[in-house]
Amino acid sequence: MANTVMFIILAVLIIGSALMCVTTTRIMRAATFMLFVLFGVAGIYFLLDYTFLGAAQISVYAGGVTMIYVFAIQLVSKRTLQGLEERVKSSKMIGGGLVALAGLVVVSLILLKTGFFTLAPANVEVPMKEIGTALVGAGKYQYVLAFEFISLFLLACIIGGLVVARKEKKEE
Amino acid sequence: MVPVECYFALSALLFFIGVYGFVTRRNLIAMLISVELVLNAVDINFAAINRLLYPNGMEGMFMTLFVIGVAAAESAVAIAIIINVYRNFHSDSVDSIKNMKW
Amino acid sequence: MEIYSYSFLILLLPALSFVILALAGMKMSHKTAGLIGTTSLGLVTVLSYLTAFAYFGADRLADGTYATIVPYNFTWLPLGNLHFDMGILLDPISVMMLIVISTVSFMVHIYSFGYMHGEKGFQRYYAFLSLFTMSMLGLVLATNIFQMYTFWELVGVSSYLLIGFYYPLKPAIAASKKAFIVTRFADMFFLIGILMFGYYTDSFSFSFAGNIVMGEGTTPFIAGNAAKAVAAAGFILPTALVLMFIGGAGKSAMFPLHIWLPDAMEGPTPVSALIHAATMVVAGVFQIARMFPLWVEYAQPQMSIVVWVGVFTAFYAAAVACAQSDIKRVLAFSTISQIAFMMVALGVSLPGHHGVLDNHAQLGFMAGMFHLFTHAMFKACLFLGAGCIIHAVHSNEMAMMGGLRKYMPITNITFLISCFAIAGIPFFSGFSSKDEIITACFAYSPVVGWIMTGIAAMTAFYMFRLYYGIFWGTENVEAHEHHTPHEAPATMTIPLIVLCVITMGVGIYSTIAGFAGWGGSFGQFVNAEGTNYTIHFDTQIAATSTIIAILSICLATYIYKGESQPIADRLYKAFPKLHRAAYKRFYQDEIWQYVTHRIIFRCISKPVAWFDRHVVDGTFNFMAWGANEAGESLRPWQSGDVRQYAVWFLTGTVALTLILLAI
Repeated sequence: MANTVMFIILAVLIIGSALMCVTTTRIMRAATFMLFVLFGVAGIYFLLDYTFLGAAQISVYAGGVTMIYVFAIQLVSKRTLQGLEERVKSSKMIGGGLVALAGLVVVSLILLKTGFFTLAPANVEVPMKEIGTALVGAGKYQYVLAFEFISLFLLACIIGGLVVARKEKKEE
Repeated sequence: MVPVECYFALSALLFFIGVYGFVTRRNLIAMLISVELVLNAVDINFAAINRLLYPNGMEGMFMTLFVIGVAAAESAVAIAIIINVYRNFHSDSVDSIKNMKW
Repeated sequence: MEIYSYSFLILLLPALSFVILALAGMKMSHKTAGLIGTTSLGLVTVLSYLTAFAYFGADRLADGTYATIVPYNFTWLPLGNLHFDMGILLDPISVMMLIVISTVSFMVHIYSFGYMHGEKGFQRYYAFLSLFTMSMLGLVLATNIFQMYTFWELVGVSSYLLIGFYYPLKPAIAASKKAFIVTRFADMFFLIGILMFGYYTDSFSFSFAGNIVMGEGTTPFIAGNAAKAVAAAGFILPTALVLMFIGGAGKSAMFPLHIWLPDAMEGPTPVSALIHAATMVVAGVFQIARMFPLWVEYAQPQMSIVVWVGVFTAFYAAAVACAQSDIKRVLAFSTISQIAFMMVALGVSLPGHHGVLDNHAQLGFMAGMFHLFTHAMFKACLFLGAGCIIHAVHSNEMAMMGGLRKYMPITNITFLISCFAIAGIPFFSGFSSKDEIITACFAYSPVVGWIMTGIAAMTAFYMFRLYYGIFWGTENVEAHEHHTPHEAPATMTIPLIVLCVITMGVGIYSTIAGFAGWGGSFGQFVNAEGTNYTIHFDTQIAATSTIIAILSICLATYIYKGESQPIADRLYKAFPKLHRAAYKRFYQDEIWQYVTHRIIFRCISKPVAWFDRHVVDGTFNFMAWGANEAGESLRPWQSGDVRQYAVWFLTGTVALTLILLAI
């Protein structure tokens, strides 16, 4: 019962914020609404008993990524953060809306047609020890390769970002 | 327990809201934000399926974890590109990067 | 057989000298180029004479004929049943032609040293002369009709190149184009004839009834199965032969395809001597001689076509020649007339009404070949003499000449001797050959005989008109004040003398041999059956023709010898239109122009061209336009707008999902 209520609250939060995020004209507000969405998604993870995941979501996504966006907005826009406006062409809106609607309809149809068997939930969170051993374990279904890869990948992206965004040397 | 179809509905809605935002918005950063929404919808999907349909495995969770990591990295690179675009074109609108048209 | 293994050199040497002179000629001096050309020709002449001695000196076979020897024959292009061969064939007429071609060509090579001295393009000239000689030799040595056709075309090309030698001048270019186009047009019929022939008889070989001696390693002939052609459709073989004759008529300047030959006189005079008097223009006659067994057996009624075309051409050319003022044109029309004589001789070679091969059949063939031989010699001499005169006076027109006998004695004597030869006076070579032709004509039909006699009289008349106009008559004093004409240098007069000696030699020997019945005359070597035939002159016909010739000469002397020509002027005033028509060659060129421009170009060519340009090209242009439009319409898809790309991407994904769902 509590789960259902919690879920409804979170769902409303998420969807509402998302809608506001994509329709607001001011970018700073969009970033803020995104932050709310991220918090909502973290809540969903907690609801699913994925505490580690929820924690990672909050720390990485809500904390790190949002900050990146805020900094980017500040660096990129010429005018003050409050006064940022954006006009949207109505034709684009309708076109986009139609496409999104079409996709939504298709996905819904698939969902409705497929029958899902919900297994009985354990209502127990996944122990941290298990997560840890799986993450760095080298066994058959364990993720050390993916872990190493993603660490290299992150390194590459950071360096790439630095290279792309550095200032050109001025010619003397 | 919340039935799994609800999670699916939620994630589908979030996904297509993100798509709508990507197509509609003109500001580059706003488009990126919409992409984040999409990624998050996918994460919810992975997590829900893993927890509710296959509680014995952990693949979905790790997938979500890695998606979070990759999304962060990708945002960083995208922001770097946008900053470069801003430096060269002095504009943060997507119309300014139409150089590759016919 | 081993004796003839060098015969390929006869073809190879001129080809080599052509290649050397063509590629490296401009780097050599004139003298070197001339020497290379002349030396190779000299060697070819020596080889030709050696071949002739070996061939005619060899023993005859059991049935009295000479064996046909094929030292080389290899398959060039196999095509299923048929195959194109290339090879060398030695047979009485081809060996005779070897002698003619190599002698005249050698004389022309020596002569050109003097005539073309100092001309720009000297080396190019010698290169083309070598090319021509090789082509003509290849033509006569051909083992099959297709090889003959190949070299036929090569000869046409050489003629085109040589006529257009003075290409900076417009008349030369126009003349060379005209020659090539007219002969090419005729060769179209030739080719159709060859193809019909090859298709129906399954072979391109000439049919040889006699014995063929094949060399080592040569491809044997597939004898044409002419009977099969006759069985297939009786008219195929005669039609094919007549079509081939049309091709030959174009090359040999029979009416109405003669129009190119007078204009071909734009080329240098030695070229006119070699190509348009002695060798190329007789290719048509040679072709009929080569195909003679087939004509005799399968196309008897069609031989009358040959006869009448020849008769009309001879008359027409003689009439026009009487009114020309350019000496080379007179000689050109005389050539046309004489070649028509040769054609008539070949055509009458069958008694018109009997259809049986007896001694009469041999007469025309042999007479035609003999006349070819003698005509080559004296006509070349005439042309070379004309070249000396043009060289002295710097003009072709008879108005600039007159009284030149004082200045050019050697040219005078040689020209006179050649004029006697062409007129048919006994003890000069033309007498024997022309007399035999007229005898054969009388055996065929008296009408033809008398017509040919009349034309022979006209020949004598206009040739002596020419002679007196150049060497006697009024001197053109004003022109001579500026530049006194002088005798030509030795390089130019020696060939004249040599050719005259040959003419006189052959003439004297054959005249005496004909009356006394000696052996060793022409008929023993070359005649239709290949056997040993001794020429006996028919005293009646010989006397008639001689008297008529002498009368014509006297008439010409009377009219043209003096200082002024009152009778000629009176005739001119009495018949101005006739004279004008004859001078303009009876408007033949204008008629051809009319037919081609008004009728063919306007009614056929223009619509076809329109069709080609608008329909055929239009289809492809339309397809290109369509492709272009398709590209243009797809272009806006590449808008650079990321959002639009995303929309399409999503649309595609949704569509794909639906398809997968449906499946």
